[in-house]
Amino acid sequence: MIPELGHFALILALVLAGAQAFFGIFGAARGDARWQSVVRPAVAGQFVLVSTAIGVLMYAFVTFDFSVLYVASNSNSALPTFYRVAALWGAHEGSLLLWAWILAAWTLAVAFASRNLPPSFASRVMGVLGFVSFGFLLFTVATSNPFERIFPIPADGRDLNPVLQDPALAIHPPLLYMGYVGMSVAFAFACAAMLEGKLDQAWARWTRPWTTMAWAFLGVGIALGSWWAYYELGWGGYWFWDPVENASFMPWLVATALIHSLAATEKRGVFKSWTLLLAILAFSLSLLGTFLVRSGVLTSVHSFAADPTRGLFILAFLVIVIGGALALYAWRAPMLKSPAGFEGTAREAFLLYNNIFLVVAAAMVLIGTLAPLIADALGTTPLSVGAPYFDNLFPMLMLPLGALVAIGIHAAWKRGQLGNNRARVLVGLGVSLLIGLALVYGVYGASKPLTPIGIVLGIWIILSSLFDPVDRLRRKLSLPRAIIGMTLAHIGLGVGVLAISLVESYSVERDAAIAPGETLALGRYAYRFESISEVEGPNYDAARAVVTVLRDGEPVTTLHPEQRNYWVQRSTLTEAGIERSWNMDMFLALSKNVGGGRWSVRAQLRPFLGWVWLSAALMALGALVAVTDRRYRLRSAANEPALAQGSAAEAT
Amino acid sequence: MSRFLIPAAIFLALAGVLYVGVVHSPNKSTMQSALLGKSVPEFSLPVLGNPSGATLTKAQLSGRPWVLNVWATWCVACREEHAALLAISQQNALPLVGLDWKDEDEAALEWLKKLGNPYTVVVADRDGRTAIDFGVYGAPETFFIDADGRVQYRHVGPMTPEVWEREFLSRLPRGGLP
Repeated sequence: MIPELGHFALILALVLAGAQAFFGIFGAARGDARWQSVVRPAVAGQFVLVSTAIGVLMYAFVTFDFSVLYVASNSNSALPTFYRVAALWGAHEGSLLLWAWILAAWTLAVAFASRNLPPSFASRVMGVLGFVSFGFLLFTVATSNPFERIFPIPADGRDLNPVLQDPALAIHPPLLYMGYVGMSVAFAFACAAMLEGKLDQAWARWTRPWTTMAWAFLGVGIALGSWWAYYELGWGGYWFWDPVENASFMPWLVATALIHSLAATEKRGVFKSWTLLLAILAFSLSLLGTFLVRSGVLTSVHSFAADPTRGLFILAFLVIVIGGALALYAWRAPMLKSPAGFEGTAREAFLLYNNIFLVVAAAMVLIGTLAPLIADALGTTPLSVGAPYFDNLFPMLMLPLGALVAIGIHAAWKRGQLGNNRARVLVGLGVSLLIGLALVYGVYGASKPLTPIGIVLGIWIILSSLFDPVDRLRRKLSLPRAIIGMTLAHIGLGVGVLAISLVESYSVERDAAIAPGETLALGRYAYRFESISEVEGPNYDAARAVVTVLRDGEPVTTLHPEQRNYWVQRSTLTEAGIERSWNMDMFLALSKNVGGGRWSVRAQLRPFLGWVWLSAALMALGALVAVTDRRYRLRSAANEPALAQGSAAEAT
Repeated sequence: MSRFLIPAAIFLALAGVLYVGVVHSPNKSTMQSALLGKSVPEFSLPVLGNPSGATLTKAQLSGRPWVLNVWATWCVACREEHAALLAISQQNALPLVGLDWKDEDEAALEWLKKLGNPYTVVVADRDGRTAIDFGVYGAPETFFIDADGRVQYRHVGPMTPEVWEREFLSRLPRGGLP
């Protein structure tokens, strides 16, 4: 009975979403205040109902209700409680429900925060969000009901895919969805502005914090996924250009472009139509990402073959939402004028270059990811581009972008006045060349041609971002949170470029078969295989090895890599042993027992890998600090003009 | 106006590609297997429900065409195709080898007892290694293997009488089995 309650709540939520979309959009179009007054209660009601649905499903998981097909397929009585909760989004139906719930939550936040916005505008924003929600709920109810029953009731469940039984992966989807769905807010703001036919600097200021937050969630979500792949898959890498990774990376690239373009629109009133387009693109790619992953068009073509109705529904939804928004764009964007001009070295210009590189990079990833589908559509031989395509092209776009960041930070709005800051540019470049080349040729030794470039650029970006805040502190000027946030994020970028360059250039790895007592040498380090024993977990048993890491013959640490065998799904999983010092990741994964007491292992040393995650954390932290800036908290429509002038004087 | 239509045009082209991707699913279910035309990978697997521990190897099957059906009790689509397999087994046209993929032996035996056993012989691929060698990415999948031990055809998804007629029986040498 209880699962049916969840199903019923979902259907009611669908009806409310429809009302929210209809009265939100047409209420504003007719200027009918009574129609518009329906919208906020609909938002609140929808949130309560979708929360009920997700609560019911969670209850079914926690209480082992295997009469629900989805629960039976994705959990088991031996599964620990934490993973029984996380199993909720372990497969297609539950993920959709989570998506819908997060959308309801974002919409509720918009409903609260938009009280000071012009009523017709707020109503349109919520109307567009209601439309998106309607599509998702309809999809869930019509093709992917998570509350479907199974009879006869199985005695036990099929268990959650063991690959997903991991803390990082358990919280990775919700964070990623926070990012994906957060982009729907920027999208709704863009659509509302186009429907109103009016886009001013105040619009950009309302949109910015939402976009920045969504961008931060997306970044953390991607980083967690990458971190998980690193220690759980046992391949030792952190990024594989896998379609699933790409699906989340594309919206991130475009969203990065968007937050920069929004800055220019807010400060200088430029790039209006371009900003709108980016807002549409960021959300479109989020939708595409969700569906590529969830429908399995690319990764396992199978699920599509099994249920073509789902695929067609998804496609129709994409065409209506994205196609509709782009048609609206083609109609309304030509009316928007960007009055202010700027010079080729002005900050606006640098932001434009930044946007071009990021969007081209996103397009490159998109083409690479969809290559198999495009080949299929053209009827040519099946084609799939792998890591080499991305590994070769991506740095070609990112390294120039890095240099533009390092220089562009010093440019002023409207007139670049780079001449005045020539000293900063040159000092920054000089110092980073010095440190970078010393690091490459003094400490690590020469490597690939791109290595020194990447390392110098990373250091240069960090130094460049520090000039302005340090200067402000020295002159006892105010240091707004927007600037602190921007600085943190840019340092994060520099750290990322630096860390990735070091990891890609100076990692060493060795695959070998060793027996207890033997030692595997790896540069200055060595792994000594001490012993191996059987251990038992809640729903698996494992072989756990004890491995001592030696550096110059001295023990540094002990690793405990495991080879787990999950009982129910009978799959074998590697749990790598990883120890991290500040500048080195020591990694060992047990692969398999090759007989005679010998195990094949993969041993790796990855310098500065931890800094890649630090980079993501810094960017997210920067975003958090930036959205708490004073000017976003003063929302009163009355003092907008004064505020716009006041903040235009400041940077960012 | 024209320049602002470009994004919509690009999107429509993309939607076209995705559309072809979705409706082309029949094409995908016969997706090119890397093994097509190549020799079946070596395997040696325990025969399901045989207490004496007999195994089946590739060599034992050579010399005549045979069919490999990958299934499991946890696979919903396998239940769907089971009736078709039972009907097929009545024809006695080809040996039908079942590969019980990542499954519990007891559950599999129970399943065969309850639903009927269409297979000439069933082997248990408990850790899924052999299925990996065959390039299986989801049950059910069915392979046609010729007398020389080469994979001639691969069907992804539930077996149907039509597919059996069109893609499997048609591959038999004329005049039936030697």
